Amino acid sequence: MVRLPALDRKLLRDMWRMRGHLVAVALVAACGTATFVTMRGAYEALVHARADYYLRYRFAEVFAYAKRAPRTVVPRIAAIPGVAAVEDRIVHEVTVDVPGFGEPVTARLVSVPDVGRPALNDLHLRSGRYLAPRSTDEVLVGESFARAHRLKPGARLAAVINGRWQRLRVVGIANSPEHVYVIGGAGIFPDDKRYGVLWMGRKALEAALDMEDGFNSVTLRLAPGADEKGVIRRLDVLLASYGAIGAHARDEQISHQMLDGEVQQDRVTGLVVPAIFLAVAAFLVHNVLMRLIVLQRAQIGVLKAFGYTDRAVAAHYLKLAIATALAGSALGVALGAWLGAGLADVYQRFFHMPSLEFRLSIENVLGATAVCVAAALSGALPAARRALALPPAEAMRPEPPPRFMPLVVERLGYVQLLSPATRMLLRNVERRPLRAVLSVLAIALACALLVVGRFGLDALEETVRVQFREGRRDDVRVGFYEPRGPQVKNDLAALPGVTYAEAFRVVPARVRLGHRSKRTAVFGLPAAAELHRVVDIRMHEIVVPPTGAVISAGLARVLAARPGSVITLEILAGARHVREVPVAAIVEEPIGLYVYMDERALARVLGEGLQYTDAYLRVDPRRLHELYGELKRLPTVAGVTLREATLRSFLDTIAENFLISTTILIGFACALAAGVVYNGARIALSEHAATLATLRILGLTRREVSRILLGEQALLTAVAVPLGLVIGYGICAWLVVLVATEIYRLPLVVTARTYLYASGLVAAAAAASGAVVAWRVRRLDLVAVLKIRE
Amino acid sequence: MNAEGRAAPAVAPVFRMRGVTKVYTMGEVEVRALDGVDLDLYAGEFVVLLGASGSGKSTLLNILGGLDVPTGGDVWYLDHQLSGAEDETLTRYRREHVGFVFQFYNLIPSLTAAENVALVTDIAVQPMAPEAALGVVGLGDRINHFPAQLSGGEQQRVAIARAIAKRPDVLLCDEPTGALDFATGKMVLEALERVNRELGTTTVVITHNAAIARMADRVIHISSGRLVGVESNAVKAAPGDLSW
Repeated sequence: MVRLPALDRKLLRDMWRMRGHLVAVALVAACGTATFVTMRGAYEALVHARADYYLRYRFAEVFAYAKRAPRTVVPRIAAIPGVAAVEDRIVHEVTVDVPGFGEPVTARLVSVPDVGRPALNDLHLRSGRYLAPRSTDEVLVGESFARAHRLKPGARLAAVINGRWQRLRVVGIANSPEHVYVIGGAGIFPDDKRYGVLWMGRKALEAALDMEDGFNSVTLRLAPGADEKGVIRRLDVLLASYGAIGAHARDEQISHQMLDGEVQQDRVTGLVVPAIFLAVAAFLVHNVLMRLIVLQRAQIGVLKAFGYTDRAVAAHYLKLAIATALAGSALGVALGAWLGAGLADVYQRFFHMPSLEFRLSIENVLGATAVCVAAALSGALPAARRALALPPAEAMRPEPPPRFMPLVVERLGYVQLLSPATRMLLRNVERRPLRAVLSVLAIALACALLVVGRFGLDALEETVRVQFREGRRDDVRVGFYEPRGPQVKNDLAALPGVTYAEAFRVVPARVRLGHRSKRTAVFGLPAAAELHRVVDIRMHEIVVPPTGAVISAGLARVLAARPGSVITLEILAGARHVREVPVAAIVEEPIGLYVYMDERALARVLGEGLQYTDAYLRVDPRRLHELYGELKRLPTVAGVTLREATLRSFLDTIAENFLISTTILIGFACALAAGVVYNGARIALSEHAATLATLRILGLTRREVSRILLGEQALLTAVAVPLGLVIGYGICAWLVVLVATEIYRLPLVVTARTYLYASGLVAAAAAASGAVVAWRVRRLDLVAVLKIRE
Repeated sequence: MNAEGRAAPAVAPVFRMRGVTKVYTMGEVEVRALDGVDLDLYAGEFVVLLGASGSGKSTLLNILGGLDVPTGGDVWYLDHQLSGAEDETLTRYRREHVGFVFQFYNLIPSLTAAENVALVTDIAVQPMAPEAALGVVGLGDRINHFPAQLSGGEQQRVAIARAIAKRPDVLLCDEPTGALDFATGKMVLEALERVNRELGTTTVVITHNAAIARMADRVIHISSGRLVGVESNAVKAAPGDLSW
């Protein structure tokens, strides 16, 4: 049997004796490792699943839509230098009737070849079978939609396609790399019940839409090293005369954008959050070891006197840090793997990909462990250096008594305001200012984490409030296949239950300013619009002037536009006019890159009379179902969006996911705050044991002594909480910039509820760990202290 | 022998100990620190408890001071029974009646001399002003000094001031000069003598230094947990006349 060297046995016994301290350190380190493992694992899972899916199912790189182009153009597209593969198809949005679901549902019908599989954007069949060749009524249904309605192969649907009522038969459930994240055309949020994707045989769809030998969408895959921008330019030229609205690359494809956003966010979170926890763990290791070295001063002297080298003594203390870090990282890896599997489940609800599984890679485990040990060592090294530097003769003498100074406030002359106990506490803090500052910072970070954790929800609710509740007052939004004349308002108002109808125009356009440009949508709104108001994040309504345009702040940033700038609108519809329009105002909106104009001003740009593509309706809620039935049958209606229902379903899903992540964060942040306070109080107890025991002898009760012991931690927590709220707000502001995309910018709003929740939880965690330490005051040895010379 | 512990003025004792034993279990070894001690202490007397290291004198003092409870026997302070009392009762007893002086002073390093005293006067019923208490021990001019700025003798006198400031009924001193040189030790003893004389506080000093015995009213010898002799000094020596 191998005999453990005596010094290592001392190490094990020291660790056992200090298990309370070390468990607290290990828990904080475990939180850091766990977040590292979870976020890194989620990042790897997403990146891996995405790469695999995109490759195996041939996800396209360039996307273009037109009104109707003849298939004879396809060979010319394939001949564009750099194009490796072309898939032309028909894409059409329809209103679908799902048996048992009263509300109208919008579906995106996508054609697939009658023979063989699509060359690009192939389907991943989840259940059932693929379409039979030349079938006329068979469809494949997207998984999210199928799940929301519990559709199985064999289910029946109906749709109004090109004005004709058509029955559809579900034969299989499928996914496509094009729709990993399923989101409606008019919506910003997913709503699996009211928006879905259906795939149908090419011939059947051609027949239904009178699109024989034509296509309205084309997707491309590029050869390696191809000039993407050049291909898009040539494609736009080829399709210009067929009503194209401008081709775009993957980075503007909505599903890819959302997935990419999540990947980036995982990467940032996977760095920032573990860094916070591990920095605190390093600080705690440092405090524990510094105290241990003070306590074991004489032992260090003896070891050195007997011939242990400085290096061996230093290594002895480093081993303690490494062992603690290893224990913490083992726990963290296990916890991280468990949380990661849970996160992958959440992802599967939003991102439909095969092989989206959390994998605990060896690199991840080793990386997390290495980072955790490195953090502990960084905290331990200064302490070990102190042990290293202690000359044996000096080490064996007791440490000189600590020197105290009158407090700053006392020097100012307010001394009589403070009780001796308060002065004691303040002087202890003043004597080790760095430790106090770092403790405050660590507790503040716990508080900040809680603020940041809730900020997502606050920002989202604010977005919804500004843009979808203040800005929109409709009950139902209706989209038309073709622009309609002013008469449409009367037609809609005559529908059952409609109390007010407001029509507006949306046209696709490329907006230019200097060398910058962006493809976006131009809204033509009626003067004094009731149901669609342009509202900024401060809830101020921006009036759209009779001439000129109001643009989203996001678009202004992309174009570097200011009020007064003259932007060029290249309309991508109708006669494709190019017009210059002055920017009248910029509106700070959370979502979107829009151009708002008065409907008459837009009509002048388009060179047309007043025409409408969409309408908002206000509806008597008692007659909603009657209206739904009517809308489903109207051949002119391409899509129907129910504002509140969509918002509610989205917020419910998000709230559920937030509940999970918030619960985890609460646990972690509390562990952080509790770890810092517990360790601080334990070290204070160790440092002041003699003082506290003396106070007990002098007749102070346990409660009074505990109050003195915990006063320091209470003071630090009291300073840390407001600081944490400020830091939290700062991190939120930073996150706003960090995760802002062109189309979405989180509003920087932190509610009072969030501040209360964060400060309350941190205070509770601190109080709980303080109480645990206070309990140890019972075990103070009053007799022994009389003989101890500190 | 025990009877001699009771031989004293014919008034009611402040402390009564009867058949007090204290057994410590140190690992697997039982140590009998006190072994059937009977002792009476009277109001206002200055008692020196003399014994070698390990004789049980500190244990006796700890039990008198309510820091420890006996394994067997009875201890009474006036009408309070200390033997078998709860921790809270003992805390209250210490708070209201006892002043302690320790060998290593046990001052709070982060508090000045006056503040160390105030720590006790803040929780006492009818305390002296901290400045007055420090005046009694001759430190009126050092009240705003921190322990690290005071000599050992000065620190011990602060400890005495802290102990007497609440006007305790009994002052218990554990080797008060043990960590001090001869000259400063004598200054500390002078302070104790003055407190005993001017305030009439019952004072118990434990020491292994036989020279100090000459300034006591009574000297009690302790050895191996038993009282082995009591003597009364007909004439008490002034601390200044002591030498060791």
